[in-house]
Amino acid sequence: MKPAAFDYIRARSLDEATALLRAEGGDARILAGGQSLMAMINMRLVRPTLLIDVMQVPDAATPRLEGGALVVPLGTRQAAVLARPTLAAEVPLLAQALPWVGHVQTRARGTVCGSVAHADPSAEIPLVLAALGGAVHIRGRKRRIVPVAEFLTGMMQTALTDGELIEAVSFPCHTGGQAFAEYGRRHGDFALVAVAAVVSGPAVRLAVGGVNDTPALRDWPALDEAQIDDALNDLAWSLEARTDLHATARLRRDLVRRLGRHVIERARACA
Amino acid sequence: MPEGETDVAPFDKASASLRVEDPALLSGRARFIDDLPEPAGTLHAAILRSPHAHADLLSIDTRRAVALPGVFAVYDGQALAQVTDPLLVGVKVAVEARVLATDRVRYVGEPVAVVLAQSRYLAEDALDLIEVRYRPRPPVTGAMAALEATAPVLHDGLGHNLASDRRFAYGDPVAVMARAPHRVSVQIDYPRNSCTPMETYGVLASHDPDEGFDILANFQGPFSIHAVLARALKVAGNRLRLRTPPHSGGSFGVKQGVFPSMVLMAGCARLAGRPVKWIEDRLEHLTASVSATARSTTLTAGVDADGRILALDWDQVEDVGAYVRAPEPATLYRMHGNMCGAYDIAHLAIRNRVVMTNKTPTGLNRGFGGPQVYFALERLTARIAQELGLDPVAVIRRNLVSAFPYRTASGAVYDSGDYHRALDLALADGRYDALRAQQAQARAEGRLFGIGHAAVVEPSVSNMGYLSTVLTPQERAKAGPKNGAQSAATISVDPTGAVTVQIDSVPQGQGHQSVAAALVADLLGLDPAQVRVVAEFDTAKDAWSIAAGNYSSRFAAASLGAVQLATQRLRDRLAAIAAPMLGGDPAALRFADGAISAPGHKPIPFARVASASHWAPGTLPAGGAAIRETAIWTPDPLAAPDEQDGINSSLCHGFIFDFCGVEIDPLTHAVKVHRYVSMHDCGRILHAGMVEGQVRGGFAHAIGAALYEELAYAPDGAFLAGTFADYPVPTAHEIPPLEILHLETPSPVTPTGAKGVGEGNCMSTPVCIANAVADALAPVTGWVELTLPLTPARIADLIGPEPAAPRTSAVPRALPQGGGGGLTGQGRARVQASPQQVWDILMDPDQLAAIIPGAQGVTRPAPDRFTAEVILGVGPVKGRYTVEVALSDLSPPQSAVLSGRALGALGSGERVGHVTLTPLPGGGTEIAYTYDARIGGKVAAVGGRLLDGAARMIIGQFFAALGRRAGGQRAGWLARLGAWLREATE
Amino acid sequence: MRLTAAQRHKVSITLNGQTVTAEAEPRLLLSDFLRQTLAARGTHVGCEHGVCGACTVLIDGAPARSCLTLAVQADGCRVDTVEGLAPATGRLSALQAAFQRHHALQCGFCTPGILMSMDHLLAHDPTPDEARIREVLSGHLCRCTGYHPIIAAVTEAAARIQAETNHA
Repeated sequence: MKPAAFDYIRARSLDEATALLRAEGGDARILAGGQSLMAMINMRLVRPTLLIDVMQVPDAATPRLEGGALVVPLGTRQAAVLARPTLAAEVPLLAQALPWVGHVQTRARGTVCGSVAHADPSAEIPLVLAALGGAVHIRGRKRRIVPVAEFLTGMMQTALTDGELIEAVSFPCHTGGQAFAEYGRRHGDFALVAVAAVVSGPAVRLAVGGVNDTPALRDWPALDEAQIDDALNDLAWSLEARTDLHATARLRRDLVRRLGRHVIERARACA
Repeated sequence: MPEGETDVAPFDKASASLRVEDPALLSGRARFIDDLPEPAGTLHAAILRSPHAHADLLSIDTRRAVALPGVFAVYDGQALAQVTDPLLVGVKVAVEARVLATDRVRYVGEPVAVVLAQSRYLAEDALDLIEVRYRPRPPVTGAMAALEATAPVLHDGLGHNLASDRRFAYGDPVAVMARAPHRVSVQIDYPRNSCTPMETYGVLASHDPDEGFDILANFQGPFSIHAVLARALKVAGNRLRLRTPPHSGGSFGVKQGVFPSMVLMAGCARLAGRPVKWIEDRLEHLTASVSATARSTTLTAGVDADGRILALDWDQVEDVGAYVRAPEPATLYRMHGNMCGAYDIAHLAIRNRVVMTNKTPTGLNRGFGGPQVYFALERLTARIAQELGLDPVAVIRRNLVSAFPYRTASGAVYDSGDYHRALDLALADGRYDALRAQQAQARAEGRLFGIGHAAVVEPSVSNMGYLSTVLTPQERAKAGPKNGAQSAATISVDPTGAVTVQIDSVPQGQGHQSVAAALVADLLGLDPAQVRVVAEFDTAKDAWSIAAGNYSSRFAAASLGAVQLATQRLRDRLAAIAAPMLGGDPAALRFADGAISAPGHKPIPFARVASASHWAPGTLPAGGAAIRETAIWTPDPLAAPDEQDGINSSLCHGFIFDFCGVEIDPLTHAVKVHRYVSMHDCGRILHAGMVEGQVRGGFAHAIGAALYEELAYAPDGAFLAGTFADYPVPTAHEIPPLEILHLETPSPVTPTGAKGVGEGNCMSTPVCIANAVADALAPVTGWVELTLPLTPARIADLIGPEPAAPRTSAVPRALPQGGGGGLTGQGRARVQASPQQVWDILMDPDQLAAIIPGAQGVTRPAPDRFTAEVILGVGPVKGRYTVEVALSDLSPPQSAVLSGRALGALGSGERVGHVTLTPLPGGGTEIAYTYDARIGGKVAAVGGRLLDGAARMIIGQFFAALGRRAGGQRAGWLARLGAWLREATE
Repeated sequence: MRLTAAQRHKVSITLNGQTVTAEAEPRLLLSDFLRQTLAARGTHVGCEHGVCGACTVLIDGAPARSCLTLAVQADGCRVDTVEGLAPATGRLSALQAAFQRHHALQCGFCTPGILMSMDHLLAHDPTPDEARIREVLSGHLCRCTGYHPIIAAVTEAAARIQAETNHA
């Protein structure tokens, strides 16, 4: 299990990186933490012609608060975000979800933006971003900011076009209650189902990962005890739950119903 | 003191002592096979493997691979057949097993070609350039399905898939069963799993025309396989030198399965005239190294009203995979002597069938046969309790063997034990009553909390003759008897008086060197640190027999016995040398504190006596030198099968009684083990720390088997568990607490009194947990048959119907339902073009080329057939495939069937799609499609959880492009593909 | 500078405190660079897809799967491996010694990676509770021990290191 051959370059700036992406066409890949990409490269599932290492780009390793959001630039490792002392106050959902992303050893290398770019249907970080209505800051020849719901277009598919990369992602700092839960076969595995609840006043938003190709969102203006089970059952059945090696469609729907209720209650408790 | 007995106490010193193995392992100084130096000119091998479960191998084109710089050679099955013969097996059956496929492949991962190159990287580059043409055949993947008359046949020479079918009767099982007041049955499908050592297989092979083969491999034995290797390599045994490295990264039986790869690499080395090295990667290991057997069992007991089992009737169908590979069908026969487990049952019927399926061949795996047997037997005792309204512990107690030695119905001799006392101690010291109280409380709160039990006999030190029970008495008479379990050990003293011991147990991390050093040090009065134990194995230099190796928990009972005998002989010789200087009576001598002493005499340093045979042989008394002693020992009780098929299949028999309390998590349906108590009687405990290590390690493997792991296949034979993400080995989070209890009834048949201990929990724990889960579910489900692993998905299905889909929401969609491998789905798209226009695009190679992403060179060799080179993929995962599409059932311009087949380096795919074109009232066309796709090879093995979505995505892409071409979605379709597909897919 | 696939390029790392320079193709994994090129074979390779943790090393002080890292990515970095843990040849660190006392290893194949993660843990969290140890350990697969003795060893090592620190 060894990679096929490719060129490698350490980009010194984002302009250099985007210029390289443009010049190389579709077969160049951005290498950040590499925790998903390198495994696929080792298996030769991905065969880039060029890897552009962006981890030495200056000023990209530290998140910052900007316009009511936590902006995480592309060189920021997951561990660095998790270690931020104010994270639980700023983006509680992210603080709850990050410990579920892989393991200590992968979070020390993996980046927040890399996880969003990889767009795995089970990944926690895109789910949190979707639940909070966050945005993806894209840089190509020009810069554009895309809501995450538009950015994630399918399983491992994004709105990035050739020559573009993710410069940063921004997590809105909300005041409402937030709660995250997931179930995977083992701790640290891909989630069979992950759920994130955001409540503000009577309104409830639930984001579900691991079921559809992209995070699924459902908003309820209000959801009282008499409605919640039906509402969650309705949501569960509306999703595209599938059976695979690890779980049945039925289990996934059960997890949506049960974990969904669990996180809504928890989010309300801390609202 | 007669040989074979000892007054040596359990090694208290050793219990407290540190393992001599550890400093090197902790410091990065260990020497595993991939750490050893390579001979000059060594070539690195990579293996091309079949993506198909069953296919004819039509052609292999290696030209492009051979032309790659850095590639030395590429060998296919025809080339290897020049230097190797098929692998021998223990049953006579018309199956030819070669190390490289020649004309047919029979399981995913079967080796098809080998590349030898300057590095593994280059070798893998060349793999991508080999072009193989296959013609898929229908596969058979289930043991019972393989028996059906219409099942695809793997081996034409045999004509069916049944490799062996034997029936046994001990006592009068038919009559007793007929008379029994109750008959209780269970039906079990035991899955495939593997203990997956952290170090994969490794082989370094070379060939010299004069010396023969030299193979260094992390093989673990049994060395009966040496004979299989020599035959396959077409040399006499003395032209096959087999060595093992100083360290091995775990085995648990699994590294027995490296032997076909040893033949393969040795054959390549011979063809190449160069040393060849191969280090297996994890994908190869999970896909195609080896597996425990899957087994379908129907087990019936005739029972009286008190729960006493009067007769047992086993019907076992063993799935050994695509070939019967030595030593199979040993998994089925290892337990033959103890098929009644811990129970005193006089009447026993057994039918054993061995079938072949399109899966990886099976072999040794921790527990070897025990998990399969005890899962059925202990589910049965639980069911007896449930059906008769008895306490499950009472049913176990009522049937336990109570006097020792005990001869079982099928011929085993249980050497020692006190099962009733062990049971009572476990319940008392394990606080069973407290667990029952905890359960009552939990149930009162509405929680699903269950308690399970298991009593098992753990056999160890296999009788090398047990496998011959698969032959009829007449066949055995013709073949000659096989029996025993020779162990060999050599002890020597060097000119400085230092002691070196050579053991035959090929340790894989269990600490054999430490235990052997402690034993020898005790006998010779030395410090264990002064004794060097060499575990590297070399068939050219060491004393060994076919029984050598690391399996059937033979170390403590057998290998160590040989060490003890050799050491005693050396001590006797040393005593004879020392006696004249110490009063004349060898029996009065004491070996202690690095000296030999006798009352009233000044002690003589051990080294002085020990070195005398080197320096002053002329001064020795009659009786000669004390330089080197080799003991070869086989236990008497291991006779060949008798004419009534009775077999003492193992030398010693430990006992385990386990109970546990589990709860079903109300949020996730996951099984949580609250408490697990395991009582062991493994005879005399030689090293408490290492016994605990064996028990905990076996328990962890068993947790994996019970709750997490399965070497899963799709119905079409695609392998689905190719990574450690898809084969979920438990981590520290998943292993529950374990309480270990011991009772010691020393074995009278082993020199040390010890019995094996490393495998028992692999036999007891999966069924103990299953019994607990069944008990937890019982209030909602009643009796249920359970299949491992007990995943939340399986439990969800048992726990009751799911809440119905709401009428108000969209109808539940017919979505791709994989279970991995086989994927079905449907979609719909509306376009502005007329049905005829859409039809014309579908039938036109040039237009197809334009709409299939990445398609090149679309040709139409026949009116109903297209071929193309296509790049398919999802996101960054892309691969080049050769695609063939056949059109059938054409009714222009309304409907067609498209049958597609794709093959590339990442795997294979097959798809049948039905397309219907319906004119829309306002003009335009609705394109509706359904598909049934099968994906195999690497993408199926490593991407299982993404396959459904990927298939849907790729097929959707095609129809999206078709729609776009026909004037449907125009701009920016790629960017909006996800959203579009969701609209289109209903 | 673009490092081309077909060539080998100079890579310098500070391996266990010593600067070493060797050549690597861009695609060479750090695990192979350490083991094959630099002959530092204490780091083991168990899965090459980032799950088993056997190949874990510290890169600039943080744990990393060396199988998911390119040698060229580590150019200019500090890399610490199991060979650097012992205070001197023939001696063991407090953590290594605790592993030996608790039988926290059997075959020892996964051990180097686990030691690196645990060494890092104790350096940053000198008094981890069992849950924290389990959390960090869950990034590693071990098939021999059942993990329990490893947790006991790390717990004891932490206590001993604390005691020594307090004493000093």
